[in-house]
Amino acid sequence: MKEQYVVALSGNPNVGKSTVFNALTGLKQHTGNWIGKTVECASGKYNYNGIQYNVIDLPGTYSLISHSTEEELARDYLIFNDIDVAVVVCDALCLERNLNLVLQIIEMNKNVVVVVNLLDEARKKKVKIDLEKLSKILGVEVIGTEARNGKGIDLILKGIERVINNKKDCYKIKYDFLEDVIKEISTELEKIDLKKIDSRWLSIRLIENEIGLINSVNEYLGCEIITDKISKLILKAHHILLDNDIIINEINDYFISKILIESENIASLTVSYNDKKYTEKTQKIDKVLTSKIAGIPLMVLLLFVIFWITLVGSSYPSDLLLKMFSFIGDKLYSLFEYVHIPNIIIDVLVNGIYKVLSWVVAVMLPPMAIFFPLFTILEDLGYLPRLAFNLDRYFKKCNACGKQGLTMCMGFGCNAVGVTGTRIIDSKRERLIAILTNNFVPCNGRFPTIIAMITMFLIGVKGNFSLFKVLVLIIVILVGVFFTFLVSKILSKTLLKGESSSFTLELPPYRKPQVFKVIIRSIFDKTLKVLIRAIVVAAPAGLLIFLLSNISIGGNTILKILSDFLDPFGRLIGLDGVIILAFILGFPANEIVIPIMIMCYMSTGSLVEINDLSVLKNLFINNGWNLNTAICVIIFTLFHFPCSTTCLTIKKETGSLKWTLFSIFLPTIIGVTLCFLVTCMFKFF
Amino acid sequence: MEKLTLDKLNIGDTVLIKKINTQGDIRRRFFDIGLIEGTKVTCMLKNSDSSLLAYLVRGAVIAIRKEDLNSIIVEYVGGNL
Repeated sequence: MKEQYVVALSGNPNVGKSTVFNALTGLKQHTGNWIGKTVECASGKYNYNGIQYNVIDLPGTYSLISHSTEEELARDYLIFNDIDVAVVVCDALCLERNLNLVLQIIEMNKNVVVVVNLLDEARKKKVKIDLEKLSKILGVEVIGTEARNGKGIDLILKGIERVINNKKDCYKIKYDFLEDVIKEISTELEKIDLKKIDSRWLSIRLIENEIGLINSVNEYLGCEIITDKISKLILKAHHILLDNDIIINEINDYFISKILIESENIASLTVSYNDKKYTEKTQKIDKVLTSKIAGIPLMVLLLFVIFWITLVGSSYPSDLLLKMFSFIGDKLYSLFEYVHIPNIIIDVLVNGIYKVLSWVVAVMLPPMAIFFPLFTILEDLGYLPRLAFNLDRYFKKCNACGKQGLTMCMGFGCNAVGVTGTRIIDSKRERLIAILTNNFVPCNGRFPTIIAMITMFLIGVKGNFSLFKVLVLIIVILVGVFFTFLVSKILSKTLLKGESSSFTLELPPYRKPQVFKVIIRSIFDKTLKVLIRAIVVAAPAGLLIFLLSNISIGGNTILKILSDFLDPFGRLIGLDGVIILAFILGFPANEIVIPIMIMCYMSTGSLVEINDLSVLKNLFINNGWNLNTAICVIIFTLFHFPCSTTCLTIKKETGSLKWTLFSIFLPTIIGVTLCFLVTCMFKFF
Repeated sequence: MEKLTLDKLNIGDTVLIKKINTQGDIRRRFFDIGLIEGTKVTCMLKNSDSSLLAYLVRGAVIAIRKEDLNSIIVEYVGGNL
């Protein structure tokens, strides 16, 4: 017996595969109610009865007959890696379609454990599944779970242990008239060492003539599998198919239909539906949310409500935190003076690093801590695919993919996540468009900057104008969305010319979000992560600014020289040298753009205590800011080079330095142009 | 008589797939979602300009663009769900 086993987790998209993975390994991987959430293989491990199991979470796929990157990845992983158990997670609500993948994996002759998940949803919709019968028919372990509630996880652990110790004979799809020739090829194949590859499975793939796969198999085995004899047998198989009216081009279809028909038969024997009302209920909600008249307005309204809650909810904690931090800052200063720390070091620590950090925490954190959970609840609910459904007609006009609507929304949370998410788009051209335009929706790290600008210069610090504030914010976002469409369209007509290709978008049933879990998860995973990132970036930035403002060359500090150098250009587009410098230094994290501006302004002028946004506003005004500046800062926040994390992700996803550079220049040029135009308008009126 | 294709359905119509007259990627994608000759599908939703339609196929609701559907010949089987 081995001491370690490898378990591969596969399943259709959106069946709770990630939830099962989390339950098994204790890893907190975010699961959302949309298709293709696991776009990268996560791995984890657990111990059971003294044995270690390594779990690989494969991308969600409908089948293993490759046409997308994910399917190829999942298939190759299952074939070419030493896997002890393949767990296939299924959605109890549409078991029939899920069985397609189950049968394909069983055909590989792996140790299979079928997990029928979402039994709670099935019960609600009065769908009954005879698990015992299913297990008997398939000849594999079948386990029913409600992974979200943690029910059945122990059964999975037991099931995995059982199949390792005792593999049963499992279900075989019979291919009628091909059976004899499949056996002949298998016998022939078994003469070479196939390692873990099943000979019957490989025979079928050879008849299908899947060239990409055959090449990988050759490479893996280190020999040519198609000998003269085998090639003759394949030809024989093709002749038999032709005799049965199946032409070469349709061989694939034959095998796929076979599996689908088997799935249908097995499902009809094991699943019974007792109630149809619930699908009607989902349909009723969908009819409203996607209707001609209400669809788009409801979408904007929802956005409005979310931002309103974020703004109102975050203003009080922000105020409180600012006051608290400024109080602590004073005390720290006195404390350091008291213990005779040299002034210069106190300056670095308190006026440099501490101020930036406390700004990030006080002004950036509350909106994030509210927006993230709200956004995640929307995700869990399953609303985002509907949004993509509504927006597709516009993306179609731009010759882009409707799923870009989904990745665009993911960008609200984080652009890097949005860029990775574009893997759900099959067409390379459309995927590139989605990647290049993702930065046009402001991410969580940029909202607070925009909100701060709106509050200080457009609405006024005092008074309760939160509704108006949200309205302006929505307009800013809509400008970003408008440019997403515009640039997608222009790219489709120029650099990335092409017609939009076909796609399928699943609209999963609405699921009750796990509100409590979402909040906990958002705070511990997202918010803390962002905070740590901000600290990691802000602290050295604070130090750097301090050094730049204290080291002089020829009578001027480096900071002054740099900002003076950038100043003429900055002025031309309604900004100034300091703002440009802040955006450049804020490359690692957009959250620290405003703090850098504050530090730069303070290092040249008098020292102010920022415990109120109105004080900050005065600091900006004293440095020559006006409405023009604020509007241009908003525009530039929306349109400038992506943050470093996003750039690295773009590089990784496109594999091309050229496109990465393009993704940096494209929004920057748009931002500079827009700021220039706005500034010209201000000068004329 | 002109043949009925999948893009011409009204919401609530249930049909059987008779023939899929298309090749390449989209054909594979139809197979992925379990759409083959003989499958029963119901039209569930249309977007605001009826360019994107959603169908109930094997228990899941899937949206497909109208122009990808005119190659699928179907046969009417009737009524709601």
